[in-house]
Amino acid sequence: MAHLGPGKAASSKEQAGLRYPSNGKTIYHRPLNRSKTAELSQASFAYLFSEMVSYAQRRVTGIQELEKRLNLQGHPIGLKLLDLLLIREPPRSQTRPLTIIALLHFIKINLWTHLFGRQADRLEKSSNPDTPDEYMIIDNEPLVNAYISVPREMSQLNCAAFVAGVVEGVCDGAMFPARVTAHSVGGKEEGEMWPGKTVFLVKFEPEVLEREALIGKG
Amino acid sequence: MSYYFVIIGTQDNPLFEYEFGTSKQGGDGQAHFTELARHLNQFIVHSSLDIVEEVQWANGQLSYLKVIDKFFANYISCFITGGNVKFLLLHQPTATATATGAGMAGGGSSGAATSTRSSTSVGANPTSPQTEEAIKNFFNEVYDNYVKAIMNPFYRVNMEIRSPVFRQRVAAAGRKYL
Repeated sequence: MAHLGPGKAASSKEQAGLRYPSNGKTIYHRPLNRSKTAELSQASFAYLFSEMVSYAQRRVTGIQELEKRLNLQGHPIGLKLLDLLLIREPPRSQTRPLTIIALLHFIKINLWTHLFGRQADRLEKSSNPDTPDEYMIIDNEPLVNAYISVPREMSQLNCAAFVAGVVEGVCDGAMFPARVTAHSVGGKEEGEMWPGKTVFLVKFEPEVLEREALIGKG
Repeated sequence: MSYYFVIIGTQDNPLFEYEFGTSKQGGDGQAHFTELARHLNQFIVHSSLDIVEEVQWANGQLSYLKVIDKFFANYISCFITGGNVKFLLLHQPTATATATGAGMAGGGSSGAATSTRSSTSVGANPTSPQTEEAIKNFFNEVYDNYVKAIMNPFYRVNMEIRSPVFRQRVAAAGRKYL
């Protein structure tokens, strides 16, 4: 570890490279359960998120790459939220999701409520028999897209790729490796009710389905 | 009674290690593993990972998997977090340890003296409900602190936990419950 003041005798103190905050409180002194009043202003979030998008937009060559970067920004958040949300559950229902359905319910209810203050709108399994590994989480109006207008030439882009990354992080953390992508479907079906409607397509890896079948038998 | 506690990441990589002894029944809070046993402990714990993977999908829904493995006098308890990070606790009851001759070398007389006293202690019977409850409380407290550790925005999953505050917290939990 590099010490900032090479001239000073830093080795005399143990852990010389480590600084504590002046009030002596570290992350370990803070409670984990401050969930009720910990809401964030939407304006500040929208500002931060717009900066995140423009940061991701630097040095990318295409929309796919941009979405990939947004996805990567969300991924570690998902990994961490999984543990945080589980520990905030009451002890009775503090259970790891062991099946795909339990995991998707956890995402639809707990994760969405924590992030956006409401549940996701719908959960669907792919009706196509060729893709039994695909599930869809549907959000009619993603909060992250509230103040984002996509230029016409980039109409493929959906910035909810960030949320898809969070969902992917939760799936990966729970040992359900998956690829999650966000797709805009607003305006294509059932009228113009929800123009911002977004489908999060969750495609699980084959080994997840294999394990699921084994557990179902046992 | 000596304990060896280790946190294993999702790639079977160790994140945190801590050795301690019981503080109940006049224990000194120090681990009494021999130099040989200390190396062996790592192998024992590592081999129990296979069993963790077997039971983690079958064994109900609880995060706490109780005693999952036994190697002579060494019992392994496991707790698995939502992110599939494993907490493993190897515990070695003093009484059986002296009987089988594993561990407690160099302290044979004191080991015999404590074994009579510790027969009623928390750890004397590794599968009793009291012991399981104590270990569960220990794991829950460590889990609490582990979640705080991963809340650190500079911490990525599967990084080694180096925080001295975390170590103190684990030590305190060990003193409190085991």
